[in-house]
Amino acid sequence: MPNIGRIVAVSGSLITVTFKRPVVQNEVGYAMIDDLMLKAELIRVRGEYADLQVFEDTSGLFVGGQVEFTGEMLSVELGPGLLGQVVDGLQNPLFELAETSGYFLPRGRYLDPLDRERRWPFTPSAQVGDALQAGEALGSVPEGQFQHRVMVPFGLPGAWTLRELAAAGEYTVSDVVARLENERGEQRQVTMLQRWPVKVPIRAYRERLRPQEPLVTKVRIVDTLFPVARGGTSCIPGPFGAGKTVLQQLMSRHAEVDVVVVAACGERAGEVVETLREFPELTDPRTGRSLMERTVIVCNTSSMPVAAREASVYTAVTLAEYYRQMGLDVLLLADSTSRWAQALREVSGRLEEIPGEEAFPAYLESVVAAFYERGGLVRLHDGTHGSVTIAGTVSPAGGNLEEPVTQATLKVVGAFHGLSRARSDARRYPAIDPLDSWSHYPGVVSKADIAFARSLLHDGHEVDQMMKVVGEEGTGIEDFVRYLQAEYLDAAYLQQDAFDPVDGATGAERQTEVFGELVQMLRTPVALVDKDAARRFYQHLTQVTKEWNRCAWDSPEYQAARERLRGLQSEVGADA
Amino acid sequence: MHKTYTRLERIAGSVVAVSAGDATYRELAQITWPGGTSLAQVVRLEGGRAFLQVFAGVRGLPTDARVRFLGRPMRVPASDAMLGRVFDGAGRPRDNGPVLDEEGVDIAGPSVNPARRVIPRTMVRTGIPMIDVFNTLVESQKLPIFSIPGEPYLELLARLALQAEVDRIVLGGMGLKHDDYLYFRDTLESAGALARTVAFIHTAADPTVECLLVPDLALAVAERFALRGQRVLVLLSDMTNYADALKEVAITMEQIPSNRGYPGDLYSQLAARYEKAVDFDDAGSITILAVTTMPGDDVTHPVPDNTGYITEGQLYLRGGRIEPFGSLSRLKQLVNGTTRDDHRPLMNTMIQLYAAFRETLEKRAMGFRMSDWDGQLLRYGEGFEARLMDLEVDLPLERALDEGWQLLAACFEPAQTGLATALIERHWPASP
Repeated sequence: MPNIGRIVAVSGSLITVTFKRPVVQNEVGYAMIDDLMLKAELIRVRGEYADLQVFEDTSGLFVGGQVEFTGEMLSVELGPGLLGQVVDGLQNPLFELAETSGYFLPRGRYLDPLDRERRWPFTPSAQVGDALQAGEALGSVPEGQFQHRVMVPFGLPGAWTLRELAAAGEYTVSDVVARLENERGEQRQVTMLQRWPVKVPIRAYRERLRPQEPLVTKVRIVDTLFPVARGGTSCIPGPFGAGKTVLQQLMSRHAEVDVVVVAACGERAGEVVETLREFPELTDPRTGRSLMERTVIVCNTSSMPVAAREASVYTAVTLAEYYRQMGLDVLLLADSTSRWAQALREVSGRLEEIPGEEAFPAYLESVVAAFYERGGLVRLHDGTHGSVTIAGTVSPAGGNLEEPVTQATLKVVGAFHGLSRARSDARRYPAIDPLDSWSHYPGVVSKADIAFARSLLHDGHEVDQMMKVVGEEGTGIEDFVRYLQAEYLDAAYLQQDAFDPVDGATGAERQTEVFGELVQMLRTPVALVDKDAARRFYQHLTQVTKEWNRCAWDSPEYQAARERLRGLQSEVGADA
Repeated sequence: MHKTYTRLERIAGSVVAVSAGDATYRELAQITWPGGTSLAQVVRLEGGRAFLQVFAGVRGLPTDARVRFLGRPMRVPASDAMLGRVFDGAGRPRDNGPVLDEEGVDIAGPSVNPARRVIPRTMVRTGIPMIDVFNTLVESQKLPIFSIPGEPYLELLARLALQAEVDRIVLGGMGLKHDDYLYFRDTLESAGALARTVAFIHTAADPTVECLLVPDLALAVAERFALRGQRVLVLLSDMTNYADALKEVAITMEQIPSNRGYPGDLYSQLAARYEKAVDFDDAGSITILAVTTMPGDDVTHPVPDNTGYITEGQLYLRGGRIEPFGSLSRLKQLVNGTTRDDHRPLMNTMIQLYAAFRETLEKRAMGFRMSDWDGQLLRYGEGFEARLMDLEVDLPLERALDEGWQLLAACFEPAQTGLATALIERHWPASP
């Protein structure tokens, strides 16, 4: 008999329910209006009252209405068929929903995320009699470009012996493919589908490792100056309009990883649409297959119910961890974690909790930290490595980085790509501030060159500031050239035209070569007679370098442009 | 048959409480008393009590007013009979015309499934170069017009209503001065544009709660038009008044304020409205332009700040012109690659040069010596402001681009612009 509660109050997305039988914190309940069932999560118990946040519009709920408790925490389905999907924060597949429900998202309609009919060709890899533990492979099915591992469910504690394993053949996700037994003689049947509570990290691996290897995003300023590591975490805070989302879209396209999970959390629907319409058409240069085949989109856009926003981030990170368990490198792009924090704030306000800074709940920091800690590089039970790299955007109120969400995030990430309004206003994209940003991870170019570039940029900025006071005529030619050089490095290397097919994505090798060349050139002393000549020279140099950036890697044009650059340089060399 | 209640247990702010066990959340009720009548909506249920937000306000409301629950949410008619008409924030005619007897559509309906949206692909031509060339408006885009009080934002909205190449205009006025409402109505009427327009006007003298309904009414009507295949432009003014109404209501409901008194869900509330902008895969589209006045010209104020994160760019109105810095149409990249080959590079170059011009102005103001380069920039900047930025300029896109080339040629050598050689060969005017 189901555990039924009765509604006593409704306020926004929060309902208060009386209950008789025991309930579980964070369990899922369904609020009923006639035959409509609205999914909700239990978030607080006080005496005989339980507070639930409803993941849907609560219009039409009434006092005395029924709530059916399920006893299960909010979970997602894991199994083959997730790649290429577009789901909402509760893992409802949106394209399937569009087929049955038309233009709009009706409330209370929940579809199976995984196709129950589709048959997958299963190849067993374990042997009957093997001793296995949670996360170890039983076999695999092909999914896109990967062998999707069918594993011992993560929720089975202890050691198990494989008693039966299906022969090679075609199975659906609900067919039993294995039978396991533990030392106490308990038996479990295993299907390709397993469920996992989203708020609990998957820990079925041997150990966590330190992220050391760079993850190439093909964004020059990131890879060269502020790199991200496989299994590392980074954040992109910035005022609105500074290009957070464009930067994330570029990463989702070009990053050298196996799987990309995009969590569009409380952001614009239009941006999700760009991804979900374009990716099927784009090919992944590394595999020659559609980009969509390596992508999962979890979207809870800003007009969708607020309570499900929180769920969407957890759903996304759980899917990322699942593919990590197959020895893959996964990149999770969360846009934006501030919206999620705001969702926490809204719910906290409704619960009438004592507010912290800017009315965010006091537990904000620990929640943010726990989320980023789900990223990481791990050694799996079979010795292979898998990683989840998390890049989250932060939308600080008023562009002020002192606000609580940014500060909570900065404490726990390994790289900080701060976007600046000044740079984006000047159309200097990507608008990552080269002076304020930082990274703790090793990159693709030599440390000495990075140090040189950073000091040049720093000096250029100083001279620029000084010129604002003393003017150009009060500035020495040496300082002025230093300033022009910094501007040149910025314009010709750090800035990148995202809409140019070549310039938009620069591989690691090319970065090493071009950056090396530019640094070499900038280290060479120049003899320029006056400031106008210097300005003309660097304007010209910038133009030639930008054209070089648009030439295909290693093509004849590429070589020719480099020669032209060297020629220009030798004209003004101090020894010329 | 719905029951009638005749005892209000609480009157505070714009909210009344009544003991009604059978009320449902968000349901509409009719309140009648000797002095008047008003609609009200259930905003909270607690125990046996329903809390109702009274649209017309509670002034003069007696505790024995009759409350009749209607068993349905707020609706608005959405047929073509609405065209040319003006309504108030409760959906009643404001223009002495007949009351429309239609079933209507629910306001604030569910959000569109992202899977049924398409990537915006059509430019909305406005004839304003600062929009068409530099911040191209795209169907389904939502853009705020950030402005300080006193800027000619209503003039700009009126010009957009007249010139924009769309099928339908839906106008939502929130907290408008009565004069401004008349200005709007007269301008549209005299230009013959009223026939393609539906207006919902809440003036500053009307009850606060009705202000909250205006965007929902306007967008519900727009959505219906769009589903019938029409391209709709929704013009809203002023969203800051809307946010202030939200604040007023939230505080009287004793919600914990988050930032400068605004409720914690300000972002979600604004987003739910702006996100109605849509391009359907096999029907019409909704484009939203919304004036947001910035108190104290402060873009970090919670209203413009939250808005900026929701919308796809923004237009700044400053000194009577659309300011090139900060103004941004994030969707322009989707359409300006196919208008004309020089559109994108010309746009970028002209803005970069204009930025350099502004720096030169600063230098000049501080009394520094002007180099030759500075002289060129000054000539360029002044020409740019007069020939393209002025709000009176009305040029189709192609002519505005030609104007840009003329201006560059009059001020610079080709190499100084940083434009690609091939492009210069094609477009650089032979004799400036």
